[in-house]
Formats: sequence, C-alpha cells, structure tokens
Amino acid sequence: MGVLHLINRSPGETQALGQCLDRVGAGDSILLLESGVYAAMKSSIIAVRLTESMAKVSIHALAPDLAARGIATEEVLEGIELVSYEGFVNLSISHHPILSWN
Amino acid sequence: MKKFLFVMRHPPYQGIGILENLDMIMTVAAFDQCVNILFLDDGVFLLKANQTPDHPHVKPSSPVFAALAMYDVETLWVEQESLSERGLSLSKLMLPAQSINRAEIANLIAEADIVVNC
Amino acid sequence: MSFDSTPCHWDWMWLRADIEWTVSVPHLIVEGSVVELTDSGFLVNTSDWNESVAQALAQASHIGLTDEHWEIIHLIRQYYFNYLHLPNARMFVKLVQKSLGEDKGNSRYLHSLFPNSAVRFACLIAGLPKPPGCL
Repeated sequence: MGVLHLINRSPGETQALGQCLDRVGAGDSILLLESGVYAAMKSSIIAVRLTESMAKVSIHALAPDLAARGIATEEVLEGIELVSYEGFVNLSISHHPILSWN
Repeated sequence: MKKFLFVMRHPPYQGIGILENLDMIMTVAAFDQCVNILFLDDGVFLLKANQTPDHPHVKPSSPVFAALAMYDVETLWVEQESLSERGLSLSKLMLPAQSINRAEIANLIAEADIVVNC
Repeated sequence: MSFDSTPCHWDWMWLRADIEWTVSVPHLIVEGSVVELTDSGFLVNTSDWNESVAQALAQASHIGLTDEHWEIIHLIRQYYFNYLHLPNARMFVKLVQKSLGEDKGNSRYLHSLFPNSAVRFACLIAGLPKPPGCL
C-alpha cells in the first residue's frame, strides 16, 4: 500500500510539490487539490518534473477543483488522472498513510 | 500503540502553530504512543543551536523542543540533504538527532501508522 | 492617511462624581504587600512568587502544604522555567513520573495532594500561569 501525498498549494506559491517529489517512494500517489491543481497544467513551472516523476508515482488531480479554476481537461498534462470527490475517497482508502504537504 | 510521524518543514517564528503542534506531539507521547519527528527543508532551522529571541512578545519554540525529552519521544530524524543545503550539520543542532538520507524518507513515511504535517 | 475624529462618548463619564470608579481586582495580601491575581486565582505576575505567597495561594485553595506538595511545586517551577512550557493534565503526570518515579507519577497520588485538578492547583500554587485545558 503506497503513501498518498496531498498538495493543496500552487507551485508558484510554495515549493511543497517539488519538496514532496524529492521524497516520494515508488508506488506512492500524489493528489493535487485546491490551488495545488495549477501544477497539473501543461504550462505549469513544474510540468517537466511532474512528467518525469510519473515513472515512479501516479499523479491525480481533483476534477471539481480544476473546473472551479477554469482549467479545461485539454490544458492538463498528459498522464495525470482526473478524479471526482468519490475518487478522492477511494484514493484515501487504498493508500496508507496520508501526508499533506501544506 | 500507533506509530506517529510528525513532519516539520517550516522555519521557526511563523506564528504559534509550532507551539500548538509541540503540545499535540507531547500529548500523544504522554499517552504512550510511539512518536517520531522528521525535520525536512527549512524545518531543520527549528533545531538550530543558540537561538536567542529577545522580543518580549515572541514565544520561542526552541526551549519547548528541549522538553520533548521528558515525554519519551523516540527519535528526531533530520534529513541530511536539508542540513547540508543550509550549511548545517548535526553538531550545529541544539538537540541530539539522527540523520537520514533523502532516499530513505519514503520508507520512514510508509512505515508510520499516522503521519501529521506540522 | 486620515484619522477618524469621532468624539469619544465615554469622556464625560469620568467627570461624574456619583459613580464609584474604583474597580476591585482579585488580590491577596501577603506580608503587607498586595499580590494581584487573575479572575481564576492565578498570579498576574509570576515574579511575585515566593514561599509565603505560595502558602497564601494554597490556603485560598484550601490546601495545606506538606513536603510532598513542595516537591511537586518546585518540580513544576523548574520545568516551566527550563522549557518555558506548561503541561496539560496528561503531560503533567508523565513528567512527574519521569522526574520522581512511578510512585509519584500517577494521577491518584497527584490528586491526593491537589484535589480536583492536580495540574491546575500545582501551577496555581507554584505561581505559574493557568495551564492549557484548564477551565
């Protein structure tokens, strides 16, 4: 069972995502939510690193938070899985422990 | 008994959050749980030796860290890379701590029952 | 930047002689000096503390001090001034255990010395602020 890492701040605001990527383990998952979803954009400053990390971890973004910020599916990096609130719950159940990088 | 891991990534003097977190940590430890603390990134500055705040309205966290010894906190883990990136080493910290490499962090997190971001 | 110059409506009240303006604050008189207390009976100034003040604080809490009480009072003062920290009830038991052993580091013993809330009355008599989690 991998660890679920939660990122809720944008990469322009804090280094939380980069710092998280430095320490993730193989098989872990990262969920981008709230302002954290800005990292999921193709144009985000951390896009290259995020794509590189996909060999090791799976990256998810919370769809309602993308929609709330006007981020369309085609603007999202390839390889990022969009999840609903229900998907968020499922990720929480299938991972252990959960660490949020505020 | 649960294995708790508290992760500290922020420097000192950013409000009273750190003191509240220390109270939480000491309470958990006082309930005989297994408590470890991991210091990453600027969080390693929390343990820097010789902090001498003289502002009357700033409640320092450094003396409170020393009180952790009263509650059988297992280990203070400090990431080696976070230390060296900031020109620090274990000998420049105010408390005995254990260094851990970045590559080993994922395991430390995965082994915990409960991880708390501080 | 401009400042709002609304007149203070309370000003006039100070001129009225028919109102009793002396507010009574909780206090103790120990050896002829006034020692100010908070509404909950704790010292306002930690530096006012000495052993006579402790006796008076204990008396006000209906606790007669014995050597066993003093041992705990000195311990909690040492802890507070070392670490600038106040324990909650659970931590208090633990730190007494760590310093004085299992015989004294248990709630039954501590409650026999300081009934109702051990950490509250230990801190109160030791002249420290009110510990967290105390009503």
